[in-house]
Amino acid sequence: MAASLVAAAPLDAAAPLAMNAAGWLLALAQTALFVAAAPLFAGWIKRVKCWLQNRQPPPLAQGYRDLRRLFAKRVRLADQASVVFRIAPYLVFGATILAAAVTPFLSVNLPTAAITDAIALTGFFAFARFFLALAGMDIGTAFGGMGSSREMTLSALAEPAMLMALFTVAMVASSTNLATVITSIETQMVMTRPSLWFAAFGFLLVAVAETGRIPVDNPATHLELTMIHEAMILEYGGRHLGMLEWAAQLKLLVYAVLAINIFNPWGIAHEDSASALGLAIAAMAGKLLVLGIVLAVTETLQAKLRLFRVPVFLMLAFTLALGGMLSFIILEAG
Amino acid sequence: MFFAQLPIYEQAILALAAGVLLLSFFMLAHPRIYSVIKLFAWQGLVLAATTALVAFDSQTPHLYISAVLTLGLKAVFIPWLLLRMVDKFEMHHELDEIRRPGLTLLTAGALVVFCYHTTLPIAELLLAITRNVIAICMSVVLLGMLMLVSRNKALTQVVGFMTLENGLFFAAVAVTKGMPMVVELGIAFDVLIAAVIFGVFFLHIRQSIDSLDISRLSRLSEAERE
Repeated sequence: MAASLVAAAPLDAAAPLAMNAAGWLLALAQTALFVAAAPLFAGWIKRVKCWLQNRQPPPLAQGYRDLRRLFAKRVRLADQASVVFRIAPYLVFGATILAAAVTPFLSVNLPTAAITDAIALTGFFAFARFFLALAGMDIGTAFGGMGSSREMTLSALAEPAMLMALFTVAMVASSTNLATVITSIETQMVMTRPSLWFAAFGFLLVAVAETGRIPVDNPATHLELTMIHEAMILEYGGRHLGMLEWAAQLKLLVYAVLAINIFNPWGIAHEDSASALGLAIAAMAGKLLVLGIVLAVTETLQAKLRLFRVPVFLMLAFTLALGGMLSFIILEAG
Repeated sequence: MFFAQLPIYEQAILALAAGVLLLSFFMLAHPRIYSVIKLFAWQGLVLAATTALVAFDSQTPHLYISAVLTLGLKAVFIPWLLLRMVDKFEMHHELDEIRRPGLTLLTAGALVVFCYHTTLPIAELLLAITRNVIAICMSVVLLGMLMLVSRNKALTQVVGFMTLENGLFFAAVAVTKGMPMVVELGIAFDVLIAAVIFGVFFLHIRQSIDSLDISRLSRLSEAERE
C-alpha cells in the first residue's frame, strides 16, 4: 500500500497543462475568486447564526467593510516589536493564499493543483501557523505567549489527525495529489465506502479545531480568557490585523472547500469550458451555503469546550481518521 | 478496485460493519451515561440491519429471526430498561468521566490493529464476503472489554458488557452465518435475564453505597471516603 502511495507521482493529472498560459491565468482568476469569497462565506455563517439566535444580522458586505476600514488605518507598532512581528502578517496571508491557490476550487484541471499535493497544503498551513505563533510571542505580552502556546499544543494534536484523514483518502485514490484524489473519488462508488465516512468525520472535527470555531475556539470575541487565535493577534492593528483576519477567513473557506471537494465533489469542472465552470460555480455556491448553515447550527447548539477537553476532541478526530485508514485496509483492500 | 466491484448490498454490509465499530468508539469516548445508552441502542439497530443484509446475501432465512431478535432486544428492550433505570435514579445529566480519554482512544486504535493482525490467518481460510468483518467483530469485543475497565459507573460497565456480546454475536453472524437457532435463542434469553439481573444489582449497589460508582467499592471502610 505504501508503495502505491509513493509510486503515484503528483504530476500525472495535468502535466501537459503546466505549460499552458491559459491554464495559469485561469488558476490565477480562481485564486482571486477564492480570496475574494472568503469574507462572504464568514459573513454568511454569521448571518445564519444571527437568524438562529434572533438577532439582527449585519449586511453580507460587512466583512469587506471591516477589511477596508482596517486597511485604511495607520499601523501602530509596539516599541519592542521586532522584524518578525512586522513580516508575520504578510507571511501568514501569503501562505494562506498559496494554500488556496493549490486547492482545487472550481476545477480540478489546474496547473497549481498539479504541482503540489495534500502534504504541501498542510505544510503551507503549518508555515503560517509557525509565524503566527512567533508573532504572538514577539511583543512579550502574557496574552500573546499564552495564545501561541495553546495554538502549538493544539496543532501538535490536530496536524496528525488532519494528515491521517488525508492519507485515508489518498489510499482510496492511490495518490496524494488533490486533483487526482477528487477525480478518483468522483468516479468510484464512494457513498458506501466506510473509510471515507470515517475520514470525513475526522476531517470535519479537525477543520473545526484548525479554523478556530466553536467548540474549540470562539471567533466572535476578544474577551474570553480561553481564546486562542485572538490572543495571538491581540497586539496587531491596521492593515496587519486586516491581513490576519482575512487569512483566518480564507483558511476557513479553504477547509470548507476541501471538505466539499474531497468528500462530495460532484459538479466540479474537469475542463476549462465556460459551461462546466458555470456549473461548478453554481454547485460550489450551493454546497457552501448548505455547509455554512450546518456550521452555524452546530455552533449554535454547542458550547465552547473547556481548553483541557480539546485534546480529547482532537484525539477523537485522530481516532476517527485512524479508523478510516484501518477500515480501508481491513474491509476494502481485499 | 476490490471494493467497487462488490454488489451494492455487500458494500452496505461492510459499511454497516464499520458503523458498528464507529459506534463502539463513540461509546468509549462519550462521558454522558444517557448518551452512551442511546449509542448502544443505535449499535443494536445497525447490528440488526447488518444481520438482515447478511441473511439476504447468504440466503439463510433463519438469520432474519436473529435480526428481529437483535432489533427487539438490543435496540429496543435493553436500552429501554437501562434508560428507565437512569430515569429512576435521576441520573440524566450525570457524567461518567473517563480518567485518561486520550490514552483510552489510542489504546482502542491499537486494539483494532492488533485484532486485524491476529485475525488475518483466520480470514484467509474463509471464502465469504464477510471474512474481512471478523477483525471488526474481534475489535468490538475488545473495545467492550476496554470499556468495562475504563469506566467507573455500573450502568456504563453494563453497556460495555452488552457491547462485548454484540461483538460476539456479530462474529457468529459474519463468520459462520449464525449459530444454530437453539444456541442463539439461548444466548438471547441469557442476555435478557442478565439485563434484568443487572437492574436488581443496580438497586442493591445504589442502596448500599448511595451511588453507582463502582470505584467506591474498592475502598474498605466508610471513613476513607472524603
